[in-house]
Amino acid sequence: MTKLVGLLGAVWGGVITHKLRSFLTMLGIVIGVAAVIILMAVGKGTTQSVVSRISSLGANTLFISPGFTQTSGVRTAFGSANTLTQEDATAIAQNVDNVEYVAPSSSATVQAIAGDQNMRATVTGVTPDYQQVYSVTMAEGDFITSDDYSSTARIAILGATVATTLFPDSDPLGQQVRAGNYIFIVTGVAASSGQSLQGSTDNDILIPLSTLPLLGGQTLTKTGDHVVRSIGVMETDSKDATQVTNDITTLLLDRHNISDPTQADFRITSVEALLASVNSITSQLTLLLGAIAAISLLVGGIGVMNIMLVSVLERTREIGIRKALGAKESDIWMQFLIEAAFLTFAGGIIGVIIGWGGSYVINRLGLFTTIVTPDVIILAVSVSIGIGIFFGFYPAWNASRLEPIKALRTE
Amino acid sequence: MITLEGITKSYKMGKRDLVVLKGIDLKVNKGELVAIMGASGSGKTTLLNICGCLDRPTTGKYYFEDKEVSRLKSGELARIRGQRIGFIFQTFNLLSRITALANVELGMTYAGGVNRQQAIEALGKVGLAKRIHHRPLELSGGEQQRVAIARAIVKDPTLFLADEPTGQLDSSSGEEVMSILLSLHAEKGTTLIIVTHDASVAHRCQRIIHIKDGEIIAEENL
Repeated sequence: MTKLVGLLGAVWGGVITHKLRSFLTMLGIVIGVAAVIILMAVGKGTTQSVVSRISSLGANTLFISPGFTQTSGVRTAFGSANTLTQEDATAIAQNVDNVEYVAPSSSATVQAIAGDQNMRATVTGVTPDYQQVYSVTMAEGDFITSDDYSSTARIAILGATVATTLFPDSDPLGQQVRAGNYIFIVTGVAASSGQSLQGSTDNDILIPLSTLPLLGGQTLTKTGDHVVRSIGVMETDSKDATQVTNDITTLLLDRHNISDPTQADFRITSVEALLASVNSITSQLTLLLGAIAAISLLVGGIGVMNIMLVSVLERTREIGIRKALGAKESDIWMQFLIEAAFLTFAGGIIGVIIGWGGSYVINRLGLFTTIVTPDVIILAVSVSIGIGIFFGFYPAWNASRLEPIKALRTE
Repeated sequence: MITLEGITKSYKMGKRDLVVLKGIDLKVNKGELVAIMGASGSGKTTLLNICGCLDRPTTGKYYFEDKEVSRLKSGELARIRGQRIGFIFQTFNLLSRITALANVELGMTYAGGVNRQQAIEALGKVGLAKRIHHRPLELSGGEQQRVAIARAIVKDPTLFLADEPTGQLDSSSGEEVMSILLSLHAEKGTTLIIVTHDASVAHRCQRIIHIKDGEIIAEENL
């Protein structure tokens, strides 16, 4: 115990006598640790904001979009073909197990006019299921019902931005909106949904899909089926995503008379799969950021070794005196090892404070969302101590191996 | 106390061996006060270092308190140095960045444990009671050497080894240091070996061993 106190005293003496040198040694570790913490916090924060944006769609939804058309070997872009139909949606609802809602939709861009206000708006034809699949919350009024759909009612649900643009001063509910050549009665206003992966309903006017052909927003296929832009599907449970995806694929391939799955004229995007791939990409990016920062930590560690070697050289005589007074090799070794570990530990703590503060400031400035997790802090501090021990090992060993009489003779 | 049998020491200097000690036989009894005299380069400091377990002989046997120690592991030699031997060097060898008291306590660190009260008492014995918080550079040469003596006596060693203890001191400081060493020997009966080339120092001892070119050439009992 008294030996330990003596040892710590010797370490403290070594650190405090060379304040500037100790500070510079720590600086490399401070910067390294702070960089690791800030970059990891930025990485994790970004991951979380992307993931939460995606999961706001609901993890148990998937979206089917039309594929490409292939004419004389030239592929057009995905989504450009008229291969997906309302009849496909009906077939999915009837034939695929574990499907709760199916929401085919299609849209047209028209000039919308209300009173003396007007704007370009996207009019999207939807079915009642759209509300669940795309998580539309109503600010006022009701969503489109199946009666509205079957009666091809000329009613409209306004997105939040559309509502404030067309009716800046009045309550839109019950008022008329002119879209193209037709008048629609506003029966509801959707709450603002913010930007999300599948776009936002804020700039949309939703009308019954059955009414959309009036606006020229829906074409027919050669066989007379009704073309849609997209079909949203909600499974009963996100566990069923794979089964539902597979069943829909089989069904649509069969309906579209395609035998080779690689030639499919549609594409299924499941939020679950999207989340998984986004997660794996962002966590790899976070790791990459951390690895870059870790290089600075490594450089800091080499700095520690450099300074410790100088320190041993400079204190050769002290080592000789200590040995003459009975210090064992292990005593000297421990003294220098603890000194290195102490410097990097202190540097690590300061680095954590700076990194934490830096992450907070970055978050407050709105540059990035940052999340500092305890595991990163624990990792950074233990790595910094580890660096001290690793890079202090050789200098300390050097010191312990000095022969006392040679060390004493050094001036 | 200590017995040396056929001790030789040689250092490698490039391809040549530099022989410093050429077969030393010596016995020092418990409680003896011995001076080793010789010109510089005669090997007297090397001999003292071997006696103090700071260095190992190339050949020969060294018995410390009837135990052959020249082939012990460095850790065991360190323990002997820490607990049984007190060194006093010509250049004092104090740590300049810590106080006199801390220097004395440093001597106790490796000898079993720090006891501040004993450290203060030891500094009192060498007449430095009022200067315990001074750093070595704030003390005169004689005072520094007395701190070194306090550092050695605080461990209560069985063997004192002094290498030219007055070599860097003016005559009055040297006299003070010598009288402290001699009274220490007189009071506690500690074995004391002093390496010197100062005849007046040597003649205050009980026995003088003359060394020349690594060999004992004469012994006088006083």
